[in-house]
Amino acid sequence: MSFRRIGLGLAAATMLAGMALPAFAQDSVYVPLFTYRTGPFAGSGTPIADGMHDYLRMLNERDGGIGGVKLVLEECETGYDTKKGVECYESVKGKNPVIVNPWSTGITLPLIPRASVDKIPILSMAYGLSASARGDIFPWVFNPPATYWDGLSMIIKYIGEKEGGLEKLKGKKIGFLHLDAAFGKEPIPLLQELAKDIGFEVALYPVAAQDMQNQGSQWLSARRDRPDYMIMWGWGSMNGAAVKEAVRSGYPMDKFYSVWWPGEDDARSGGAGAKGFKMLNWHAVGTNFPAIQDIQKHVVDKGFSKAQKDKVGELLYNRGIYNSLLIAEGIAQAQKVTGKKAVTGEDVRRGMENIKLDPARLKELGLEGFTDQLVLSCSDHNGHRAAFMQEWDGTKWVKISNPIEPMTDRVKGQLEAAAKDYAEKNAGWPKRTEACDKAS
Amino acid sequence: MLYREAGQFKTSYVADSAIFPLRQDRIGLGLIIVAAYALAFIGNSFLLQAVMIPFLVFSLASIGLNILTGYTGLLSLGTGAFMGVGAYACYKLMTAFPEVNVIVWILMSGFFSAAIGALFGLPSLRIKGFYLAVATLAAQFFLQWCFIRIPWLVNYNVSGALDAPLRTLFGTPIMGPNATPQTRYLVVLTIVILLTWLASNLVHGRIGRMWIAIRDMDLAAELMGIRPLQTKLLAFAVSSYYCGVAGALLVFLWYGGAEYDVFNINQSFFILFMVIIGGLGSLIGSFFGAALIFILPIVLGIVLPAMLSPFGISVGADVIEHLRFMIVGALIIFFLIVEPHGLARLWQIGKQKLLVWPFPY
Repeated sequence: MSFRRIGLGLAAATMLAGMALPAFAQDSVYVPLFTYRTGPFAGSGTPIADGMHDYLRMLNERDGGIGGVKLVLEECETGYDTKKGVECYESVKGKNPVIVNPWSTGITLPLIPRASVDKIPILSMAYGLSASARGDIFPWVFNPPATYWDGLSMIIKYIGEKEGGLEKLKGKKIGFLHLDAAFGKEPIPLLQELAKDIGFEVALYPVAAQDMQNQGSQWLSARRDRPDYMIMWGWGSMNGAAVKEAVRSGYPMDKFYSVWWPGEDDARSGGAGAKGFKMLNWHAVGTNFPAIQDIQKHVVDKGFSKAQKDKVGELLYNRGIYNSLLIAEGIAQAQKVTGKKAVTGEDVRRGMENIKLDPARLKELGLEGFTDQLVLSCSDHNGHRAAFMQEWDGTKWVKISNPIEPMTDRVKGQLEAAAKDYAEKNAGWPKRTEACDKAS
Repeated sequence: MLYREAGQFKTSYVADSAIFPLRQDRIGLGLIIVAAYALAFIGNSFLLQAVMIPFLVFSLASIGLNILTGYTGLLSLGTGAFMGVGAYACYKLMTAFPEVNVIVWILMSGFFSAAIGALFGLPSLRIKGFYLAVATLAAQFFLQWCFIRIPWLVNYNVSGALDAPLRTLFGTPIMGPNATPQTRYLVVLTIVILLTWLASNLVHGRIGRMWIAIRDMDLAAELMGIRPLQTKLLAFAVSSYYCGVAGALLVFLWYGGAEYDVFNINQSFFILFMVIIGGLGSLIGSFFGAALIFILPIVLGIVLPAMLSPFGISVGADVIEHLRFMIVGALIIFFLIVEPHGLARLWQIGKQKLLVWPFPY
């Protein structure tokens, strides 16, 4: 047996394997789920993956899919690694996916220019490129329900209200603990703009991706600077480490705010001291909804789910459900708009633009009160929805505020500049040619 | 039987010092190149875009690191950062001068990387081995810091990301979302073949011998009249040039857009593993290493579910991922035990055995 022959055999096997993509029946809709249950971000990724999968699986088990069409679900493991994410995208591309959700800003960025060419819409739910909220420039990208700029303006607004008016923030010091990457740095221009206009001081505490779990120096500086409030923009193990360090360094937890990414496990890592930690959120936690009870009945109890029973209904699990709710609604609307059953990526793009999740529709879906209403349109791919503040009471999240509307005027300025910038920098960025539906 | 020397006589010094003295080798290489080009027309987009393009890009980066670590004996952990310099330089150049063909800028971007590489190679005259590795680690962290902190590098892009604009060659898009995997593959393949050919000439010529002399014993090399500083810096520059071009290809012809995080320390280790597994001081080893480290997991990801499903075992994507890690890890250990000099050495042994097969006497 020669090495040459082994090599030849291997090459042939590779080629065959690459070409032998399974064919799917016509009357099904293929929904790939990019997930990460391995790697350093698995702690956040696993509950999200479970939530996404279980909701769609429940639709399959309970209703036989959406509109009578079965959903073909397939998970592709990205490990939150751009290399593997792009590989996943290439491997699912040939199977006519109706939508992809990269679940990583790093993976979203390379996919944005490809979406319009491959006719596959991208759902990057409250992450990715904030500018992609502009439907007229990014017809194929959706990032509901709010951008990071919306999120930051909501936190500042909430803090302002607590102080008794935004102008009372004058002279205060606000710390901004963020992941030192595009994601964490995005809110900074808006924060600085607000600081200038209102008159508060900003202290930045960047955390490099490689020392997410080692934030000793940042919190040491925080101890020296004594910021009146601390706002966190973190992901993965950074959140848990930050809560732990905040407790250890004696930072008053009720002054510690976060964007919507920490989960229960992150708050738990701070122990009893984490009580009072606050974060933004836009959907309910818990299982007290007919649809989630159906998930327990049809999926979890039958052993189709990978989730542990007590994790169902936790924050990030429900975040996954919200993501799948948008996918399912996009498909359902696409069926309604086109009258077809087995919809394609192009149809689902139209469907996403027609999403109208009002209280009546949510009730119909068995998720009454699960989240605020969301309306997307041809020009608005984000919704800029209000989120509410929730507080960690030591064992669970408690909703402590009404929905806080973002400072729309401020966000709009940032958004327009960014979208224009993106289109300008990418000379030859295609003009939107996709027609708008009348309803939207 | 087919692969033997008998009857091939070398009648000139040129023939004697040829890189491929055997006719069969030359024919084989020709066939591989023809097959590689043919693949552009018969392969599907997954094979080209997700397997072959990254494989070629990583092979090029491995060649770069191999020049430094394999041929000159200088251990570097800054490969990822040097690739990043190439990518960012290419981005700046092609957005500043969009009228010049992008191929020119891809090849030019390597020179920026070479300059940075030579700068960080300066300590190599004084420090060796693990200590040099730590010095290059500093390059990795410093450059990565620059990629995040200097918004000028991404033209003040808010998302802080590099993205590939539309660029054409002879009227056909080769970069940007409209470029087909086929054209991208052809461009990458041509660049990699040309640069490999160049590297082959470098390492087999006077310069390569200087590098090898430094690697084997730098004191003796110095006594023979080889100037260590210049030689080592040249190795750093050439190595970084290759890494830089590979980085530009990685971002613009493979991903089509990327964040700074692509060029992190893991990328450096990834390339270093390819070089070690493939074989230090071997060009073909760079290709073998890239194939084993990059393609094997993909093949496993496709083959494993197919192998397990007949037994009624259906496993999730995460289990496949863990299995991939375990199998690739085990194979790496296996190959290192069986042949510590890498896959290239196995290939050599195989060829020698083949020369006398089937009558080994």
